[in-house]
Amino acid sequence: MGWFKRSPWVIHCNATSCNGCDIEFLASLSPMYDVGRFGVINVGSPKHADILVVTGSVNAKSTQVLKTIYAQMPNPKVIMAVGLCAVSGCVFQDCYNVHGGVDKVLPVDVYVPGCAARPESIIDGLFKACDKLEEKYMQHKENKRKAG
Amino acid sequence: MNALIFLTVFPLCVAVLAALLPVGLHALRKTIGIIAAVVMSALSVYLLIAYHDAGPLYFTFDSPMVDWCMFGVELFIAVFVVVFSIRHKRYLPVVLVVVQSVIMFGFDFTSGRGIQVEHNLFIDMFSIIMALIIGIIGNAICLYGIGYMAEYHEHYPEIKDRRRYFFFMMYAFLGAMFGLVFSNNIKWFYFFWEITTILSPLLIGYRNDEESIKSMFRTLNMNLIGGLGFAVGIVTLYSGSHVMELDKMMQLDKALVLIPAVCIVFAGLEKSAQFPFSSWLTGAMVAPTPVSALLHSSTMVKAGVYAILRMSPMMKDTAAANMLMYMGGMTFLVTALIAISQSNGKKVLAYSTIGNLGLIVACAGVSSPAALWSALLLIIFHAVSKPLLFLCVGVCEYKLNSRDIEDMDYLIMRVPKLAAAMMVGMAGMFLAPFGMIVGKFATLKAFLDQSPLMAMSIAYGSAATVFFWSKWMGKIMTIKYGVTKLMEHLISGWEKFVLAVFAAATLLVCLAFPLVSSRLVDPYVQSVFGTYPVPSTFTLSVIFGMLASLFIILPLGLYYYGHSSKEYKRVGTYFGGANIDELSFRGPMDRQLTAETRNYYMSKYFGEGVLFNIGVFISLTLILIMFGVVIL
Amino acid sequence: MNTLIEIYQSMSIFERMLAYVILAPFIGGLLAGIDRKLTARLQGRVGPPIRQSFFDVLKLFQKESVVVNKFQNFPIILFFIFTVLAGALFFGGANFLLTVFSLTLSGVFFVLSGFSVSSPYSHVGAEREIIQTASYEPMIILLAAGFYLATGTFNVGEIALYKKPLILALPGIFAGYLFILTIKFRKSPFDLSMSHEAHQELVRGLTTEFSGPALALIEITHWYENVLLLGIIYLFFAFNPWLALAVTFGSYLFEIFIDNNYARFKWQLTFMSSWVFTAAVAVSNVIVFGLIR
Repeated sequence: MGWFKRSPWVIHCNATSCNGCDIEFLASLSPMYDVGRFGVINVGSPKHADILVVTGSVNAKSTQVLKTIYAQMPNPKVIMAVGLCAVSGCVFQDCYNVHGGVDKVLPVDVYVPGCAARPESIIDGLFKACDKLEEKYMQHKENKRKAG
Repeated sequence: MNALIFLTVFPLCVAVLAALLPVGLHALRKTIGIIAAVVMSALSVYLLIAYHDAGPLYFTFDSPMVDWCMFGVELFIAVFVVVFSIRHKRYLPVVLVVVQSVIMFGFDFTSGRGIQVEHNLFIDMFSIIMALIIGIIGNAICLYGIGYMAEYHEHYPEIKDRRRYFFFMMYAFLGAMFGLVFSNNIKWFYFFWEITTILSPLLIGYRNDEESIKSMFRTLNMNLIGGLGFAVGIVTLYSGSHVMELDKMMQLDKALVLIPAVCIVFAGLEKSAQFPFSSWLTGAMVAPTPVSALLHSSTMVKAGVYAILRMSPMMKDTAAANMLMYMGGMTFLVTALIAISQSNGKKVLAYSTIGNLGLIVACAGVSSPAALWSALLLIIFHAVSKPLLFLCVGVCEYKLNSRDIEDMDYLIMRVPKLAAAMMVGMAGMFLAPFGMIVGKFATLKAFLDQSPLMAMSIAYGSAATVFFWSKWMGKIMTIKYGVTKLMEHLISGWEKFVLAVFAAATLLVCLAFPLVSSRLVDPYVQSVFGTYPVPSTFTLSVIFGMLASLFIILPLGLYYYGHSSKEYKRVGTYFGGANIDELSFRGPMDRQLTAETRNYYMSKYFGEGVLFNIGVFISLTLILIMFGVVIL
Repeated sequence: MNTLIEIYQSMSIFERMLAYVILAPFIGGLLAGIDRKLTARLQGRVGPPIRQSFFDVLKLFQKESVVVNKFQNFPIILFFIFTVLAGALFFGGANFLLTVFSLTLSGVFFVLSGFSVSSPYSHVGAEREIIQTASYEPMIILLAAGFYLATGTFNVGEIALYKKPLILALPGIFAGYLFILTIKFRKSPFDLSMSHEAHQELVRGLTTEFSGPALALIEITHWYENVLLLGIIYLFFAFNPWLALAVTFGSYLFEIFIDNNYARFKWQLTFMSSWVFTAAVAVSNVIVFGLIR
């Protein structure tokens, strides 16, 4: 059984967000919503993180940054796209610089819609991300058992 | 006794041979060096085996010819200094030498006429320890120097090749050191002391450029001042008590012996570069590396503390001894703090040397069995680790063209074996479970029993030493992915061999610590005080256990992580996601920047200027008090 | 309580060391959890459950290990071994200086692991860790000196059984120790090198480039160390075991309280303030001993 549900550590990356979803995400860490009671810690280093929370749509520069950060995260890891811009690009989809949502560059596991996404949705998304983490971990163990 | 005479004279013969041998015959010189090293080391070990059970043994060796020879050489040295100094237009050495000669020769021909000396030579455990250090380590350094000087001259063709003269002085120096530790006759002690006084500056000034000449004369001046103190000591000793032997001096009434002892201690303080005489040692770093390794870490400065430790039982429980203790403790603290702000590797080593010697001097001031025990341990461990570090920095200096710590980035990738040797040396200087820390903490206990305030010097000094050694260790241990040129091929096999020998010696001496303490150190302490401190078996076995486990775990771990470990996934370092490749990242204005790291040096707090002056001021005050309390 | 002391005294030195090695992580983890819970409550949050630290460590062990270079995890293992050794020696009742040696050695290994990764955050974290070490080292040595001056021995077993209250003999040293305890617990205002909570001045400082099992090992080592550090407080009040336990726990709560009240100091201020404070209180304590003699 994995412990990821009890201790999901989050790294937060702002792709090209207007900061609205970022503020909502950080608000969920504040005493009002307190996602920390579930063991969530906002870590700074990707090597410590399980969940990559991305806000904002993706352009060329942020593609590189996101890919680098994602590459530096150890398995199992999930990506959570918070806010409509991260989900699909929202109203900015057709802009010349915007590639779209995060799933254009990275495999997104959880989509949290909203503009800005509400802390309750974010917390809900985090729970779904934890379930995904557990799934991935079980799968990884299965693969290792089959291979080894 | 023949062994003692042989050990004193043999290096001199080697020196003459080295002087005569033409420059080109490199292989022959190396062979002679190897033979000399083997002979002297074997003899030193023989001394240990033959005499370790006996207490101090005294030998008569009457020979008026020797006395005349010594007189001749001393006259020659005095004249040489005068001529040499005038040629370089420095007049202070002339004045000092003239005063000293007047005192000594005047003494020789007046009240010193017809000195009756019963035993000229002697040997006890402390002499054997020093002989081992000189014989084994001193020779290893000279041997290293043979290979080193050949490359040195290739590297610096502008320096005149005077290497025959260089080796003459190095081996003569070894001979003088042997003579010094075997002399019971104080005038003979003084003779050998004065030989080191003249050889040291000449070796420092080898390069013959402006900086070297300046350092040379600073050393010469300070050595002569110390020698002056020694001369005054001899004169007062004989005129007060008609005694000219160490063993008899120890048995004299304290009132008679205090002033001479303090004078000789003064000379010892100078020779071991304590404040206020420290500037000669830091200035001596311009000399070629073997000089720094031999003179300034393992032999000559040890002669200074040797003299002080011999004098310390005579000063026990006096105010003068307390001054000595404070001086040593203060030196340790101040030099440790200064070393934090230095980025020149050799200077860090120089200050660290002065600091450790200060600790030994402070132990001499405390003069209890525990203090003497830790002083000897410190001498032994320092003599093994420090030359290793000097040699490593010397290799860095001209193979990698820098002696600055900031340029020693990624040393472990460029020259892994050198980096490993350096880490062994550094660990030997400050890390448990290596010997130095045992010495330091035994010193702590000795201080607490005598004067609790001294614990402050150890506490802060230790913190400072942890600081600058870890900083340096970390610097050479940095690993960068890929791209670094392996420069190992630049280091000759000969040099690698010598460094390996030193590293192995450091590790061996630490592993053999229980043996070292029980066979070498305890007998001497017992002979002086009648008892010796016995560390608890549990403590010793824990230390031994730590050391042994490190010996096993470190190589195993390095092997495992280096070769067998496949279960890891490599990713880049974290640059906020802006990584371009392994080393660079996208910086402001979209520029590509390479990540560079530098150590903290904190020169605002620990700058050499202010702290050095504080050290000089306090030490001068303490010296004046020390002399004051014995004269008045 | 007296039965516990009797049990402790009846155990051999190896049994005591084993007891420490087995029990300390549980106690340390609970303390870490209490820390987070209390901090959260002080901040008006609910906070994670008290067992959260154990969940974190267990999760970290299940993560993959990613490294920047092959050797970076090796010094962490040595850091772990020697910290455990230091604590085991302390609780076994051996010479206090051995504990101090071992702690310094493990600290140096920790710093070396930070240096071996050539990452700017890691490097600055390692430099600050050295500065922290240099800041508290004088006090630790003076602590040993104080114990020796007051009781005549360095042996922890004998100090623990000392009849007279050490706190009355060594008040200055106790004050100095509380000061540097904040540094050793890595709490504000002295959490320069690697902060435990969401502070991200240096990303994660020293531990930036570690992941998975190595990170878990660092956390566990800190638990062992914390138990050791609290044990030292016990020694000051060893004459009355209940009081000692209460003060020990109280000091921990006091540290948490300080943590929540202060912002991080600059490294210059940390360094200078701890050296000056150590000098003022510990040295005066030692001088008083010198005078009494």
